[in-house]
Amino acid sequence: MATAQKSNKPVEASDIEQMAVRPFVIRQITKDTYDTFSLELEPQHGGGAFEFGPGQFNMLYAYGVGEVPISISGDPTKPKTLIHTTREVGVVTKALRRLKIGATLGVRGPFGNSWPVEKAFGSDVLIVSGGIGLAPLRPAIYYILANRAKYGKVVLLYGARTPEDILYPNYLEKLRSRFDLETYLTVDRATGSWQGNVGVVTTLIARAPVDPTNCISLVCGPEIMMRFTLPELRKKGIEDDKVYLSMERNMKCGIGLCGHCQLGGSFVCKDGPVYNFVDVKEVFTRREM
Amino acid sequence: MENLEQILTKHPFLAGMDAKYIKLLVSCASNVTFNDGDYLCREGKPADSFFIIRHGRISIETFIPQGGSAVIQSIEEGNILGWSWLVPPYRWHFDARAIGLTRAIALDGKCLREKCAEDHDLGYEIMKRFALIIAERLESTRLQLLDFYGNSSKK
Repeated sequence: MATAQKSNKPVEASDIEQMAVRPFVIRQITKDTYDTFSLELEPQHGGGAFEFGPGQFNMLYAYGVGEVPISISGDPTKPKTLIHTTREVGVVTKALRRLKIGATLGVRGPFGNSWPVEKAFGSDVLIVSGGIGLAPLRPAIYYILANRAKYGKVVLLYGARTPEDILYPNYLEKLRSRFDLETYLTVDRATGSWQGNVGVVTTLIARAPVDPTNCISLVCGPEIMMRFTLPELRKKGIEDDKVYLSMERNMKCGIGLCGHCQLGGSFVCKDGPVYNFVDVKEVFTRREM
Repeated sequence: MENLEQILTKHPFLAGMDAKYIKLLVSCASNVTFNDGDYLCREGKPADSFFIIRHGRISIETFIPQGGSAVIQSIEEGNILGWSWLVPPYRWHFDARAIGLTRAIALDGKCLREKCAEDHDLGYEIMKRFALIIAERLESTRLQLLDFYGNSSKK
């Protein structure tokens, strides 16, 4: 299997330690869109940096309410501050949204594998993201830009429903002003004042200026978006084994014990969430999965 | 500097088309330039042309009463704008507005319609190319209707 950075190791003592919740304090809350927000966290009792790989996730625990898996969306090269971006979709994320600066929450992690950012050294990188799917990709973007000389062309395609739904608009604006990264945004619906692209993100792939014969593509968004992105990448000439996706299932334990996040023969929390497309092709064609 | 025949011959939309038909298209073609905010076509007006966009971006819009204009789609360099000239009653269904300086090749659809009616081989060549564009736009529209990004459970 050509998995991203797969871990087949049995459960060890260190994994058991990962079941322990560490208290973190909220230092900053950012309302990214009307239903999406980011939390900047620091360990309550100090300690070293929170090392993580781009694409990994943590379990965030709203005390007395429950735990939820949330991708880390901050800069892996500056791991002193831990940033998570989430949308208010359920009881736990709504409880997290109600927390104020200075409040504490529990953190377990980091879990899962990472985007293959080192494997992409020497290649062009085509990043395709939609909606809140940009959050798990942002650490990879930080990493790539921190090691920019090691990559060929880097292109970011991002789609959102409307201009108001664009995640991290200020960050994206900064990316758009860079000369070493090409960023293209598109929305599904807009008023006449919007000067950018209108249409789904897949329509941007054909004109992305990358060499398809030497390109790794990182894709993250709702599965419906990823499903329609894959044929466009293939049409462009990027082979399936050069495409990596971040999958999501119902992660609970984070260490592959409980089985809630089973995806075929793997557990998303342990073997994922980043998969090589070759390894999860069936998910996009089998209705039962 | 390339002439219209060279530009049309190399354009992917016309790839594989017989040289005699390219020459015929050249006789119906002209270079056009639009400044930011200029309209290439207006909803309801006669649709007697289509455009091969060479530079710039076009916003396809419709007017929503009491809601202003809504952008349905944007198209860019290399894309084709307009198929209303092919379909009765030959009137534009939407507005198309230039975003920034835009250069295009305008093709006289009325003239081309008549030539297609006279020469069905030409008509087939034109129709199969527009069918592909229409299919792509239809698929894109369907995806826009799917709420492509909204219901992600990705947190």
